[in-house]
Amino acid sequence: MKNAKNGNDAVHLYRLASVFVAGFVLLLLLRAFFVPKSFGQYGHFRGNAIQEIAAKPVVYAGHQTCEGCHSDVLDVKKDGKHAPVACESCHGPLANHADDPSIQPQKLDTAGLCVRCHEANSAKPKKFPQVASNEHSSGLPCETCHQPHSPALAPGGKK
Amino acid sequence: MPTDGFMYPNEIELQWSVLIALYPYLTGLVAGAFILASLERVFRVDAVKPTYRLALLTALSFLLVAPLPLQLHLGHPERSFEMFLTPHTSSAMAMFGFVYLWYLMAVLVVEIWLDYRRDIVLMSRSSTGLKRLFYRMLTLGSDNISERALQLDQKVGWIVTVVGIPSAFLLHGYVGFIFGSVKANPWWSTPLMPVVFLFSAMVSGIAAVMLIYILVTKLRREPTDMRCVDTIARYLFYTFIIDFSLEMLDLIHRIYEADESFRSLDFMVHTRLYLSQIVIQIVAGTLIPIGLLALTQVVKLREDVRKRIYVLVGTLTLIGIFAMRWNVVIGGQLFSKSFLGYTTYKIGFITREGLLMTVALCILPLIILWILVKLLPPWYQPSEERLMPVSAPGGRRASAGL
Amino acid sequence: MNLTRRHFLILLPAAAVAWEHVLAGAPEAAPNYKMAEHWWGLLINIEKCIGCGSCVRACQKENNVPDGYYRTWIERYRVSEQWGVAEPIVDSPDGGKNGFPPSNDPNMKEFFVPKMCNHCADSPCTQVCPVGATFITPDGVVLVDEKYCVGCRYCIQACPYGCRFLHPEKKTAQKCTLCYHRITKGLTTACCEVCPTGARQLADLKNPKDPIHEFLRNHSVEVLKPHLATGAKVTYYGLDASVR
Repeated sequence: MKNAKNGNDAVHLYRLASVFVAGFVLLLLLRAFFVPKSFGQYGHFRGNAIQEIAAKPVVYAGHQTCEGCHSDVLDVKKDGKHAPVACESCHGPLANHADDPSIQPQKLDTAGLCVRCHEANSAKPKKFPQVASNEHSSGLPCETCHQPHSPALAPGGKK
Repeated sequence: MPTDGFMYPNEIELQWSVLIALYPYLTGLVAGAFILASLERVFRVDAVKPTYRLALLTALSFLLVAPLPLQLHLGHPERSFEMFLTPHTSSAMAMFGFVYLWYLMAVLVVEIWLDYRRDIVLMSRSSTGLKRLFYRMLTLGSDNISERALQLDQKVGWIVTVVGIPSAFLLHGYVGFIFGSVKANPWWSTPLMPVVFLFSAMVSGIAAVMLIYILVTKLRREPTDMRCVDTIARYLFYTFIIDFSLEMLDLIHRIYEADESFRSLDFMVHTRLYLSQIVIQIVAGTLIPIGLLALTQVVKLREDVRKRIYVLVGTLTLIGIFAMRWNVVIGGQLFSKSFLGYTTYKIGFITREGLLMTVALCILPLIILWILVKLLPPWYQPSEERLMPVSAPGGRRASAGL
Repeated sequence: MNLTRRHFLILLPAAAVAWEHVLAGAPEAAPNYKMAEHWWGLLINIEKCIGCGSCVRACQKENNVPDGYYRTWIERYRVSEQWGVAEPIVDSPDGGKNGFPPSNDPNMKEFFVPKMCNHCADSPCTQVCPVGATFITPDGVVLVDEKYCVGCRYCIQACPYGCRFLHPEKKTAQKCTLCYHRITKGLTTACCEVCPTGARQLADLKNPKDPIHEFLRNHSVEVLKPHLATGAKVTYYGLDASVR
C-alpha cells in the first residue's frame, strides 16, 4: 500500500499462484508415492494383477489329470459314445481329490445326471440322442441298461 | 425384480441410480449459473448485474456438492483418488477429476476471490475473533487494495471469466460425452448428447439463479429489480428454444432413422418413461415454460403477474430438467441391450442411494449457498462504486456505476 | 497340504509333475508359458449346444461366481415363422444353469446360444475404465483388477453384451476371465472342460497348430453384434440372424 511499485500491487496474485503451484507439486508427490509399482508394466494397468489372477486355485482338475490315475476308466470310455465327455462333466470338480486322493468324490445319482443332457427338448440339436425319461425306462434307473462310461447297449442287451 | 420380455441375466440389476441422474443435474446448474454470470462480465449485459455475484456463489455451492453423489455411488469411494493417480486417457470419466478441479479452483474460486478481494480485505479489518482469522486467511496475507491492485484484479478476473466460459462448456459437455460415447447403448449414443446436455444445463442454471434471486430479494424485503429479472427471463426463453430444438432434432432423427433399437426405445417411451419423459419433461418442463415465457415476451403484463409467471416457469424448468437427466440416466438402463425386454428401477428410501439422500443432496447446496452469502455478501453497497476504477477492462463497474 | 502332496507324488510321479505346475500359480512360473506367444479366443458351435447348463455350473464353481450373476450363461431362442428373426422369444432361466424346460411348439425354430465375455480386442469396457482397473492382457484376455477397481460401473454400461456385473460383496466389477488361472497352466477353461458335446472350444489364435485355424478356413463364422466393431474374439458357428 505504501509502495506504488508495480511488483507490490501484484503480490496477492503471486501468492495465489504459489498456492496453485504448491497444490500441483503436492499432487505430483502423492502420485509418485501412491501409484503401484507395477503400474504400466504391460499397459495402463497394474502389471501384478495378471499374476494375482493367474495364481487363483484351480477347481476343475482337467481330464488329463484324472486319466493319469484312472487309466482303467479311460480304457472303458475311449471307444464309447461318451469318449469326448470329460470326467468332471459328470463327476463334478475334483481338483481337491487330485491334490489329495484320500478326499473321496461324492457318489453320483444317475437319475438326475443322465436326463440333464438326454431329456428331450425341441431346442436341442435333432441328432443328439434324447429321451422322454418318464416314458423311456418305465421307472428303471438308467444304469440298468446303460453303462455310463460307455452307454451304448451291449449286443444282445436287455432290450 | 419385475422384468418384461428378455434381459441378459446381468442386466436385470440397474447399475446407475438416481444419484447418477442428480450428478449431471448439479453440474448443469453450475455451468448454467456461471454462464449467466459471465454474460454480465464478458458480454456487458448490465441488466443482470444484480445477480452476478449471486450466480457465482450459486455455481460454487452446487459445484462443491456435485462430486458427492458420485462418491456415494462408487463401490470403493476410498479408491477414487486413483482417478488423479492413474487417469485413463481414453476414459471420459477419468477427465472428471481434472475438469472438475480446473473449473473449481482455476475458474470459480479465483474469479470469486478476485471479485471479492476488496470486500475480504475490508472485512478482515473490521471483523474480530475467528471471523477475522478466516478473512485474514482468505487475503493470503496481502491487504493491498490500492486502486492499481484492484485494477489488476479486474484485468485478471476478466481473463479468468473468458477462460471460464469454455471451461463451463467443457464441464458440462464432457458429462454429456460420458453418456453420448457409450456405443453399446443406443439411448445414449448420439453426438448430440453433449450439446443437449450443455443447453439444458444453461436452461436449468439460468432458471435456478432467477428463482434464487427472486427468493433472496423477497427474504431481504427488497424490491426485485424487474429489469434484471426480465432480462434473465428473456435469455432463459432463447436458451430454452435452442435446447428444445436440439432435443426435438434428436427425437425426429431417431424416429426417422428407426434403427434396430427403435422399436424397443419407442415402446419404452410410451410405457415406462411416459410420465417422466412425455408428461413431466416435455409438456410440463418444456412446452409450458416456453409458452409462458413467450407470453411475457408478447403481451404486456403487470409486474407482479410477470414475477409470478417467472417463479412458476423457473420451478417447472428445474423439475423438467431433472426429469430430463432422469430419463437419460435411468431410461438408458430400463431396456435390454438385446432390445427384447425391459426392467424397472425401484428407488430406495433411506438407503445410501435412496430418495432421502437425493433430497438431502439437493438441499445441501442451498445450505452452502446460505453460508457463503453470510460470509461473502453478494450485495453491492452504493458507496463502493466511487472507489472502483473507472476504466476497468470490460467496462463493468464503469458502466454500471452511474 | 505338504503331506498329501508328497503322498500324491509317490503315488504317481509323472502326473504329479504337471499337477505341481498347475498348483504353482503365476504364469511366469508355469513352464513354457509366455504371454507374448498366445492370443486367446473361443469358438462356440451353436449346432452342438444342448443347453444342459454344465458350463454355467462349472463356471460358478471354478470362479466362485455369486448366485444370480453370470460370467457365462445360455439363452434359448425360439423363432416363429410369423414374427421372424426380428422378434424371437428368448429365455434364460437362472442363466440356463439348470437346463431348460421343454417347449411345446413344434412350429418354431429353436436353439441354444451360450454367451460369455467376448474378450474383445478393441474392447469398449476397457476403453471407458477411468483408472485402468480393467485391461486386456498381452495374451488377449480382458481382466479386472479387483484391488484397483473403484466400482463406478462405467464398464458394465459400456459392454454391449451384458457380460459384466458388480460383485454384490466385493463391490467391484467382475466378468469372465477366460479362466486365466487355468489357461496359463496349460488347462482349458472350466466351461470348455465340462462341455459334454464340445460346443465350446478354447482357441489360441497365435498357435498355428490350434485346430481353430482349420475350422475357420472351412466354415462360415460370425461374432455377436459385429456392427459395433469391438473385435470380439469369441467366434460363433451356426449363429442365427435372430441372435443379439
